Amino acid sequence: MNCTIKKFYYGDIPEDNSGSSNQPASNVSANSWPLWEVFIRSKQGLDHKHVGSLHAADATMAIENARDVYTRRQEGVSIWVVESKHITASNPDEAGELYEPAADKIYRHPTFYDLPDEVGHM
Amino acid sequence: MSFLIDYTLHLADSNLILAQRNAEWCGHGPILEQDIAITNISLDLLGQSRNMYQYAATLMGNGATEDTLAYLRTEREFKNCLLVEQPNGDWGQTVLRQFLYSTFQQLLYQQLQKNTDEQLAAIAAKALKEIAYHVRWSSEWVIRLGDGTVESHQRMLHAIDELWRYTGEMFIPADYENSFGVNVTALKDEWMQKVTSVFEEATLPIPEKIFMQTGGKTGVHTEHLGYILTELQYLQRAYPGAEW
Repeated sequence: MNCTIKKFYYGDIPEDNSGSSNQPASNVSANSWPLWEVFIRSKQGLDHKHVGSLHAADATMAIENARDVYTRRQEGVSIWVVESKHITASNPDEAGELYEPAADKIYRHPTFYDLPDEVGHM
Repeated sequence: MSFLIDYTLHLADSNLILAQRNAEWCGHGPILEQDIAITNISLDLLGQSRNMYQYAATLMGNGATEDTLAYLRTEREFKNCLLVEQPNGDWGQTVLRQFLYSTFQQLLYQQLQKNTDEQLAAIAAKALKEIAYHVRWSSEWVIRLGDGTVESHQRMLHAIDELWRYTGEMFIPADYENSFGVNVTALKDEWMQKVTSVFEEATLPIPEKIFMQTGGKTGVHTEHLGYILTELQYLQRAYPGAEW
């Protein structure tokens, strides 16, 4: 089988249609499987955490692949998968306007209250 | 006692040889995720066979170990069924072989876990969860490819042609099974039902009136087993007693 696989670094969200296959992008073979993001809930954990991504033809296969790739050392008790194309990511180029305005607003941290000693650590 | 040993070896050998076949995919799977899946299954089967070889070795005594049983017996001493030694072929052939065997193994071990021999019963009970996953994984692949594209359907038809003739043997008991093991003949109807329901979903036909090959259980194998053992046993044959 000939599969073209595009690899992404951890945390990267692929752009445009490279993640999925409604219309295969010109540089992606029609044989390539869409990319899925995998979320695992560990035994103690309450929330599902992003653990990585993998390729699969559909959701069923994505769950099975996730079971084999990400839970072989008992890492989890529950798996979520979502096709990567359904994730909308913030643009790194806009990091300045998105996050920097919060930098000089330290009063947003509740660190200016005098706490009675009896309260201890909060 | 010798029947119990032979029976245990038969169960162990079938798993070991299929583990070795599946391991041939390591690094060659059609996609990374499936490469991991098939080698996971290989390791599951290997683990099950180790439990059985260890048990057989204690029954045999005389310095037998799981290693001598796996690495130092010859082709005619192996009692695996013929199905598991068949070549990997393409991915379709590999998943079909897994499906036909795992479906049988699941029925077999469900009975085996009630066996009067506590050790075999315990090994079977432990293996059943793994087997349930093998059945699920391979069923989905058979359906996916059978009911997939024209080419994948063709390839599954070819796989059935290659493998079906080795399925009958699983339900014909060898001497050592008659006196001790699970009644395999009684498993046939249920196996056929399960296979038929997956084949129907996969739009694949069940072959009729096919001559069934036999012999594996009593050591008469197809030409493939010798090559498998040559690779499997090479290190221990070339460097006896080598450890790592």
